[in-house]
Amino acid sequence: MSALGTDSMKDDKKMAADGGFEPNIVGFLCNWCSYAGADLAGTSRMQYPPNVKIIRVPCSGRVNPLFILKCLMDGADGVLISGCHIGDCHYSEGNYYARRRFAVLKNFLEYIGIDPRRFQMSWVSAAEGDKWAKVVKEVVEDIRNAGPNTISAEKK
Amino acid sequence: MKIGVFVCHCGTNISHTVDVEEVAKAAAKLPNVHFATTYKYMCSSPGQALIADSIKEKGLDRIVVSACSPSLHEKTFRKCLEEAGINPYLVEMANIREHCSWVHSDRAQATKKAIELVKLSVAKVSRSKPLSKSFIPIEKRVLVIGGGISGIQAALDVSFAKFPVVMVEKEPSIGGKMAKFDKTFPTLDCAACILTPKMVGVAQNKYVTMHTFSEVVEVSGHVGDFTVKIKKKARSVDLKKCTGCGACYAKCPVKVTSEFDEGLGKRKAIYVPFPQAVPNVPVIDRNACLWFTKKTCGLCKKVCAIGAIDYDQEDEIIEEKFGAIIVATGFKQFDHSVYGEYGYGKFKDVVTGMHFERMANSSGPTGGKIVRPSDGKEALDVVFIQCVGSRDEQKGVPYCSRVCCMYTAKHATLLREHNKNAQAYVFYIDVRAAGKNYEEFVKKAQDEYGAVYLRGRVSRVFEKGGKLIVRGADTLSGSQIEIKADLVVLANGLIAQDDATTIAQMLHIQYDKNRLFTEAHPKLAPVETITSGIFLTGACQSPKDIPDTVATASAASVKALGLMVHDKLEKDPLVARTNNDLCSGCKACYLACPYSAIEMVEIEDRKLKRKRMVSRVIEGVCAGCGNCTAVCRMGAIDVEGFTNRQIMRQIEAL
Ligand SMILES: Cc1cc2nc3c(=O)[nH]c(=O)nc-3n(C[C@H](O)[C@H](O)[C@H](O)COP(=O)(O)OP(=O)(O)OC[C@H]3O[C@@H](n4cnc5c(N)ncnc54)[C@H](O)[C@@H]3O)c2cc1C
Ligand code: FES
Repeated sequence: MSALGTDSMKDDKKMAADGGFEPNIVGFLCNWCSYAGADLAGTSRMQYPPNVKIIRVPCSGRVNPLFILKCLMDGADGVLISGCHIGDCHYSEGNYYARRRFAVLKNFLEYIGIDPRRFQMSWVSAAEGDKWAKVVKEVVEDIRNAGPNTISAEKK
Repeated sequence: MKIGVFVCHCGTNISHTVDVEEVAKAAAKLPNVHFATTYKYMCSSPGQALIADSIKEKGLDRIVVSACSPSLHEKTFRKCLEEAGINPYLVEMANIREHCSWVHSDRAQATKKAIELVKLSVAKVSRSKPLSKSFIPIEKRVLVIGGGISGIQAALDVSFAKFPVVMVEKEPSIGGKMAKFDKTFPTLDCAACILTPKMVGVAQNKYVTMHTFSEVVEVSGHVGDFTVKIKKKARSVDLKKCTGCGACYAKCPVKVTSEFDEGLGKRKAIYVPFPQAVPNVPVIDRNACLWFTKKTCGLCKKVCAIGAIDYDQEDEIIEEKFGAIIVATGFKQFDHSVYGEYGYGKFKDVVTGMHFERMANSSGPTGGKIVRPSDGKEALDVVFIQCVGSRDEQKGVPYCSRVCCMYTAKHATLLREHNKNAQAYVFYIDVRAAGKNYEEFVKKAQDEYGAVYLRGRVSRVFEKGGKLIVRGADTLSGSQIEIKADLVVLANGLIAQDDATTIAQMLHIQYDKNRLFTEAHPKLAPVETITSGIFLTGACQSPKDIPDTVATASAASVKALGLMVHDKLEKDPLVARTNNDLCSGCKACYLACPYSAIEMVEIEDRKLKRKRMVSRVIEGVCAGCGNCTAVCRMGAIDVEGFTNRQIMRQIEAL
């Protein structure tokens, strides 16, 4: 059992009409690659689950670790960060910072008892609409398996 | 605060999966939302008029447009707000088309998500601040670094538009590699005939200032306003007085090997590198000159009638301002000493393509004869080895140097032209001749000039009976061959200059794993760099032949001129800013900034009654990536348009 201990508890609010759990996921996407990749998935009419809500940021390196903690504390079931492929960052180095920073954060989250599946990273270029759709499908599936995040319920 | 939400049908692109009326209804209930409505095409003129009118009639002060991707229409709606009289940065777009209606099919789910996306944008815009565009004044002068054919062409193009150009060349003369060539492929024009007029054109141009024997040592500032320090090395000859009569080097008793002739010939201690040098003013090599080494001789000073020789000259550093910089520092030839099997260094008669150029040149060290450097006898059987260093990930560089196939075909042709009894053998891997009239040129070298092309690698070169034996495979016939050669010419690839990384760091431009300068976009911005105001031309970006070099030079000039015609440059205000009260001066942002857009400055802290250091963003350089904000422990630095407050509010909204 994890430190916060409640990963397996069910939160009724998050149940869809048919009884399945629909995770609420926040996606931080860099403007130049991943956001444009998600746009391309749209223009190419690729279908994927609606669980990820995108917050546009200039660069994956813009994402402050606090944002992720805040998401999870406020009850998001998962957080996804997506940026340009390593070496392709529009600002040349931003995603190197992001990669390092979030590798540490992921360990930390696990350490304090948060299912590591709740926090994921991906590199999706502006030309990879299909990859974006695939990433969303996988992440949603992963987090669905992780179950609802009940940290915020405990907070109250 | 009165937020207006405008939900677009986008014809049926959105409305067929998203219930737009439902979205507007839900939006109207969100905090601070004063008005919400829908329209068929929000980006159309009537759509924009609807927004503008609502702003005026309902007193809206912030807008959310719930439609397509901001990459398509953010600018459109910013302009719409501006025209309606409110700050253009108080609009947010909710992307319910690309990120919703087009990727989901369940109407209920899509509508629910669309409402969430609108919520996010409403949350963000409620924390937006009015921003104003800043303007950067432009210094109307262009710096060109490097005086090869690329720098020369760039300087001529910029000066033609009547903007002042300063050219900095590290050698005593401009001209670059092209000045060494005999003839140029694919037309076999004499290199000097087409280059010299351009060199003179630079020297005589009233808009161009040349600093030869000079280097750029420091660059600061940003687009429109670069401050550059140029070191003018002591030439020991007064550029203004010297008439180029040549009496000094005629009398100079010291002979050393000539760099320009690739070591095949000699020059004096006071010298012009080649007869057509521009400027035609000699320079004293202080390491060789007797006056500087032993305080003797002094002949040159004695023979110079106008007193142009100045032994006391010192290096001088000048500082100048520029609005744009064109980098044209060219290439260096690959150092083939890693290929022991080719015997370079061991055998005098194994040379490089550049040596061949000097020998073929009638004003070169051999007077235009292709000879064996070992004994000066004319070379009859000449073996050319292609791809030396190129396309070799183990020992060389992974890329193709693009010009070697062509210059080897040129050499094979010139060999026959200089001596009709000579025979060229070319060992190649593939012949790459993709330019206009290039394939034809290579074919001509084979058909009309009798060059024998052998597909395969050379395994060894060794000496036997005064000849070089070249042993290699002919993969087409599947046989081993040995050729008795008088001369072996290596087609060395083109690589980055030794100081490429230093130059790149000084200019804050990128370089790739081969140390070649990186363009801002490989297809759509090939002569720009990620640092605005700095442009690339010629072989410093990637190996290029002369036609491509000249084309990129003109392209870079147009980019620089595009800046020069403006008095000031509009700058998007979406940049970082430091809050001095919170900044602890820890330098984390300073270190994280990929653009070196942050400087540390001292401020007077009135509360603490002492001076302390804080970070300051140089607006002209900042690209707004926000990497500084993520490392700031104090939350003191924030990036406009994507502030911590805005993003935190978005997170809370979900
Ligand atoms: C053997 C050989 C034969 C060739 N033959 C042909 C041919 O026949 N036809 C053809 O189209 N192409 C040919 N090429 C290719 C041709 O050489 C290039 O296209 C051309 O020289 C590129 O010009 P550039 O100005 O970019 O570089 P360069 O010619 O290298 O000039 C760069 C200049 O910048 C100066 N510089 C470097 N660093 C600094 C610094 N830090 N500060 C100030 N100045 C600096 C250098 O001193 C030099 O003058 C040949 C190449 C080789 C190697
Ligand atoms: S801009 Fe995409 S990761 Fe930096």
